[in-house]
Amino acid sequence: MADKISNKQIFFNPFSKDNPVIVQVLGICSCLAVTAKLEPALVMGISVIAVLAFSNVIISLIRNTIPTNIRIIVQLVVVAALVIVVNQLLLAYAYDVSKQLSVFIGLIITNCILMGRLEAFAMGNKPWPSFLDGVGNGIGYALILVIVGFFRELLGSGTLMGFQVIPQCAYDAGYVNNGLMILPPMALIVVACVIWAHRSINKDLQEK
Amino acid sequence: MKALKKLMDKARPSFEEGGKLHAFRSVYDGIDTFLFTPNETSRSGVHIHDSMDSKRTMIIVIIALIPCLLFGMYNAGYQHWLAAGADTFPFWELMLYGFLAVLPRLVVAYVVGLGIEFIVAQWRKEEIQEGFLVTGILIPMICPIETPLWMIAVATAFSVIFVKEVFGGTGYNIFNVALVTRAFLFFAYPAQMSGDKVFVASGKMLGLGEGIDGLTCATPLGQVATSGASNAAEVASAMTDIAGDPVSLWHMFLGLIPGSFGETSTLCILVGALILLLTGIASWRIVLSVFAGGAVMSLIAHWCATPTYPASFLSVGEQLCLGGFAFAAVFMAPDPVTSCRTNTGKYIYGFLVGVIAILIRTYNNGYPEGAMLAVLLMNALAPLIDYCVVEANIRRRLSRSKVAE
Repeated sequence: MADKISNKQIFFNPFSKDNPVIVQVLGICSCLAVTAKLEPALVMGISVIAVLAFSNVIISLIRNTIPTNIRIIVQLVVVAALVIVVNQLLLAYAYDVSKQLSVFIGLIITNCILMGRLEAFAMGNKPWPSFLDGVGNGIGYALILVIVGFFRELLGSGTLMGFQVIPQCAYDAGYVNNGLMILPPMALIVVACVIWAHRSINKDLQEK
Repeated sequence: MKALKKLMDKARPSFEEGGKLHAFRSVYDGIDTFLFTPNETSRSGVHIHDSMDSKRTMIIVIIALIPCLLFGMYNAGYQHWLAAGADTFPFWELMLYGFLAVLPRLVVAYVVGLGIEFIVAQWRKEEIQEGFLVTGILIPMICPIETPLWMIAVATAFSVIFVKEVFGGTGYNIFNVALVTRAFLFFAYPAQMSGDKVFVASGKMLGLGEGIDGLTCATPLGQVATSGASNAAEVASAMTDIAGDPVSLWHMFLGLIPGSFGETSTLCILVGALILLLTGIASWRIVLSVFAGGAVMSLIAHWCATPTYPASFLSVGEQLCLGGFAFAAVFMAPDPVTSCRTNTGKYIYGFLVGVIAILIRTYNNGYPEGAMLAVLLMNALAPLIDYCVVEANIRRRLSRSKVAE
């Protein structure tokens, strides 16, 4: 690390300026797949925060003993173990949501954000900053998931967290839920709109 | 005309730099050039100027669409009268009913679409582009007559912003704007865009017609897709008009069948095609190859007809006359912005549009109409086809030069 960045920056940068989804454009696949409803999006976000934080810490602890040639395999083993723990917890305590998320909890293993953070940060930093980095990036990811999930559930199903939000009188007056919002293509457009809004606010991120 | 010119000239100073209404400069400019020939001439160099600018192109397309529009009005009235069980069909009342049915949809499409274009033009400090002129008239013509107005507004706004303005405005869009509007409606509100309740107007308009409850009549293609017919005779008897009488090929050609507003009459579409082809606006290569592709695919489907896919029993003539196929072939596929530019590419593009349209329609019972999806799919592939054609040409000429050495 050429110039030292503070723990505060490590934690808060991934929220906006260095967001893994809308700035680095990583983890888009799961972002499209689990955001049709707000609840699975939230659970997915929390799962990624947990897995990312603990795998960052573990890799950071053993970073000096991992042989460079097999480091990807070691990282994968750590992530896979944590993902299985999360999956079992979800099966035990949130069975319905875990069924909705289906393979996407398992696919956290292949999420680019995880490998990216492990390679780029945990392999070269102490456990405490690594933990902050993991939580920060996890929250940055969860934030986008929740925003996208909010709009998709509101416009696609008229509900939020399963509760009816759009009043019945609107339906009686001829309002109809937008079926396209439930389909993955619309998630891409919602993510694009979030990026659009984000770049209009942060002008320094705009490409020339 | 003179008084109008005077009025415009009088208003000009307040729209120029430093004037009170400078913020609305592009609105003034748009209205001025719509009404009169632009005043500015180029100041440097020699320019060859053709009067066939995009404004005139658009106006000719609209003229070509008028037969379809008028027939759509008549047909909307005709279907309604037929549904009400009438024996006589008073021509002017039918026309007026259809006119009243389509007018609000036209107005909504234009107000929303042009509104967004005006705002974007102000914002980017550009001139207003005339591209929406045709799109606005196309949108109500390719939607069912009963589509709610707010849905048309939402879909128009969506496609103008995300398909056109995001890519840079008129002439830069990858996909056909009117078709994306329809695709948005089709996927977002399937219950209002297909099935058997939306293709015939059921309400009263200014005392004309009768309010009919529980009216159901699907398009012939919709009827075939859901009929479960297992041979050609059953397919033919599945296609009935709203009174229960079978539909003949002649009816399909004339267009007196339920369907989206402007696309039922193959006859009127052919009149429009004649105008577009004679003036050279639509590429004859594309129009011809779309019909060729559709005919070839219908023949293949007809030869290996199976009861699993009832639409495969339809004859070639029926396939080409029914649904939006002819409309897409004449008014959608040859869109110069979204189709291929190279001549060889145009043949390939058109042929594949025809093949895919019939392929989707026949072998996917969930989508009784495939023309929309076929054109959108080929819009996406058009640049690739052009690239391959250009590359092939380069390679061919390179190899020729080697022989010469």
